[in-house]
Amino acid sequence: MIRFVTIRLLRAVITVLAVMTFAFVVLRMSGDPAEVLLGPDVPQTVIDAFRKQWGLDAPLWQQYLSYIGAIFSGDFGLSMRDRSPAIQLVMERVPATLQLTIPALLLKLGIGIPAGVYAALHRDSAVDRGVIFLAILGFTIPSFVMGLVLVLIFAVTLGVLPSGGFGSWQHAILPAITISIGGIGILARFSRSAMTEVLGQPYIRTASAKGVKWRDVVRGHALPNAAVPIVTIVGFMVGSLIAGAVVVETIFSWPGIGRLLIVSVSNRDLAVVQCILLLIAAVMVVSNLIVDLLYGWLDPRLRA
Amino acid sequence: MANLVEIRDLRVAFDGVPVLHGVDLEVAPGEALGLVGESGCGKSVTWLAALGLLPSKASVTGRVQLGETDLTGAPQSALETVRGGRIAMIFQDPSSALNPVLKIGRQLCEALRLHRGLTGAAAKTEALRLMDLVGIPDARGRFRLYPHEFSGGQCQRLMIAMALAGEPDLLIADEPTTALDATIQAQILDLLARLRAEMNMATVFISHDLGAVAQVCERVCVMYAGRIVEQGSVGQLFEHPRHPYTRGLFDALPRLFGPRTALVPIPGTVPDPRNLPGGCAFQPRCAHAQPFCQSALPDLLPQRDGRKLACAYPLPERGQGGERQAAREGVFQ
Repeated sequence: MIRFVTIRLLRAVITVLAVMTFAFVVLRMSGDPAEVLLGPDVPQTVIDAFRKQWGLDAPLWQQYLSYIGAIFSGDFGLSMRDRSPAIQLVMERVPATLQLTIPALLLKLGIGIPAGVYAALHRDSAVDRGVIFLAILGFTIPSFVMGLVLVLIFAVTLGVLPSGGFGSWQHAILPAITISIGGIGILARFSRSAMTEVLGQPYIRTASAKGVKWRDVVRGHALPNAAVPIVTIVGFMVGSLIAGAVVVETIFSWPGIGRLLIVSVSNRDLAVVQCILLLIAAVMVVSNLIVDLLYGWLDPRLRA
Repeated sequence: MANLVEIRDLRVAFDGVPVLHGVDLEVAPGEALGLVGESGCGKSVTWLAALGLLPSKASVTGRVQLGETDLTGAPQSALETVRGGRIAMIFQDPSSALNPVLKIGRQLCEALRLHRGLTGAAAKTEALRLMDLVGIPDARGRFRLYPHEFSGGQCQRLMIAMALAGEPDLLIADEPTTALDATIQAQILDLLARLRAEMNMATVFISHDLGAVAQVCERVCVMYAGRIVEQGSVGQLFEHPRHPYTRGLFDALPRLFGPRTALVPIPGTVPDPRNLPGGCAFQPRCAHAQPFCQSALPDLLPQRDGRKLACAYPLPERGQGGERQAAREGVFQ
């Protein structure tokens, strides 16, 4: 068990390092922050001074080493726009994003899993077909289309909800639903197929043959077995709590991480972008780690 | 003595395709009945249908009388008390028949709680006794293990222990040794025979292994394409099979003694239930078939020696000459 956790932890660290390196290299190869931030008409001396000030004149490998070194001492760099610490800028935005993604996650779990399980229990019924149809619709329609459709219906036509912005809890409803719909569809499909497979297993027949009530067969014998594939998908969803709202935040002018990321990328605000990518990678890696540990708890055969 | 279970005209169809064509079967208390036949002949379906364990797309008609209740029309709650309580069932592949994510102890205690109302320490004590009874060494130490930590043979022992938890009157063993090694098969058969004797529990032994059936059973039903074709005591059928299909099953067995002879397989395969041949379902594969066999389906009729037989041109009775073979005695007797 200790060996298992150690290996997984090491792997997690390596993954995060790889993401950091990749982000660092790609950002520096794809545009010069000096030109973007200062504009096209500044004299070369100003650009050189800016480069020197931010260390952009050093060779790439030197910049990389000092960046990694700084990260390990807890320094995530300063924003090139207003010289405030990048980590602070990012962390200020985290609560706003979570205000959308956590309710969305709860909707995905609360609707997707029961719908999928119900469909599996009533296979080939009208409800089952309806669930499959809606699920496919849900995860094939891109979130920006879905968001605009919802705005059209609930904000423009019915006028019951705000079309964008940040403030009251009503503002969060449309973006949260928009984020959740694709996930509901995916979870419904996965839960249905996982449950369908489990219900066909011999041990389910054993449980029925033993006289267990069907309700308890489903709860006590089928669901624990179907949990492993479902948990995998839920793990991805938890991992995208930070990164999962980029498009939707932009549509609804929601001041979260997603919008900060887009603004920072277009401004070449290197420290901020790197900080966000690091945070996204860390959340994803941690949730994967939790999923791996959950596997062992859910399925004794997977215990190392 | 009244029969424990009486099955009358049991018919099963999947999506409109009939797979069981009116089976009549009875099991006396304490009796050991064998049900033999090739795969797909309806042996398992008969009992899954009787216990209401078939998927909902299966349509089941007929009567399955257990004491006062007819199980085919019984509500779910009544079936739940019968299943595992009065009639328990064990299955072919024991390793996948136990729930992989639940501890063995918990699975045993669940059956004890359902049918004997035992919980907590009492249930654990009884579960340990059952594990001992079926020959699981170090039951106490292995109570908290998962199914994958047991061998196939031990899993079947655990399945048997779980089946015994409800103190059933009838144990249906559906090919209980098919997935096991030969030596383990013998141990499981011994165990089943011993338990039946000790607990005075009727056993239905579903198998295509005639040797195993001979070892465990008193009476045998041979099934073919969803019907019973011959039924009698183990002695009658094994020493002197009269249905050509029964005979074919024996000819396909290797002999332990005497000169080495080539095995005689039954030609062809079990017919597709969607496309049954006319007349007797076995006639296309039968060496004794006559033109008559293609036109009429023989009924299962009692014979002089007590067996039942569904064949127009059966093999001759013991001591009879070959000339009688042409008479349709199975039908007109």
